Amino acid sequence: MAAETTQNTHARMQRLAAVRPRLVSFARLQLREPALAEDTVQEALATAIEKDDDFAGRSSYETWVFGILKYKILDALRAQSRQGKWQPFVDDGDDEAIDRQFQQSGHWQVAARPSDWGDPEATFANEHFWQVFDACMIALPDNIARVFSLRELMGLSTADICKETGLKENNCWVILHRARLRLRACIERGYLSEHAPQHGLSERGQ
Amino acid sequence: MIKMMLCREATRLMSKRLDAPLSLGERLSLRLHLGMCRPCRHCNAQFDLLHRMGPHFDADTSVCEGDNAPRS
Repeated sequence: MAAETTQNTHARMQRLAAVRPRLVSFARLQLREPALAEDTVQEALATAIEKDDDFAGRSSYETWVFGILKYKILDALRAQSRQGKWQPFVDDGDDEAIDRQFQQSGHWQVAARPSDWGDPEATFANEHFWQVFDACMIALPDNIARVFSLRELMGLSTADICKETGLKENNCWVILHRARLRLRACIERGYLSEHAPQHGLSERGQ
Repeated sequence: MIKMMLCREATRLMSKRLDAPLSLGERLSLRLHLGMCRPCRHCNAQFDLLHRMGPHFDADTSVCEGDNAPRS
């Protein structure tokens, strides 16, 4: 029994090492400070090792570790906010990146018309999609990216985001709308331009 | 007679729909617009994909690493 436990622990250490790069990129997208992201992941890994016995096997081990990381990221975000590192969100109603997608009349610009990305599951399985997504997130302005990741990566409700950021809910919706439009345009440029459909499923796990 | 909504406004509702319930009027005009506008249907699918991405961030990795583990 003891030997089996040691073996399990050893296997989990290997899994932690394997998932670490993904944890770091997840933390980077939200904290947008590479050093702070590294530290936060380090803390999450330490907690995962320390609390190893608490892992109940109800979710996958990696999902459990991501859960720990999400709490650590929220703490780090709050600290960033306290330290005044967040640019205030100024809604000047002016966003060139979005204006470029639409004609004055409110219709899509011909060149910006959204196209079909194909089967969502194939998209999620495509390593190239995730690389493009990462690059597009990094290109977003910090405060737009922060609200988007709180909502879509951390899964907070807009009401909770208001509490964390001090934004009004209406502002939150405006920011999320902008984030989604900018991301979709950026991903479409990067993903579809280099995406060969026959490679759609092959890149991961090889 | 419901006035045909413009694409830009339609994307606002597509986005808001993911964060809060729409009013009946908003739902109807969005549905009407989507029925008639293919680019907006694509945009709607893309917003949906971005909205469903969160769990894939970790779940995907676990499938991948689980298949390969143990690596020795």
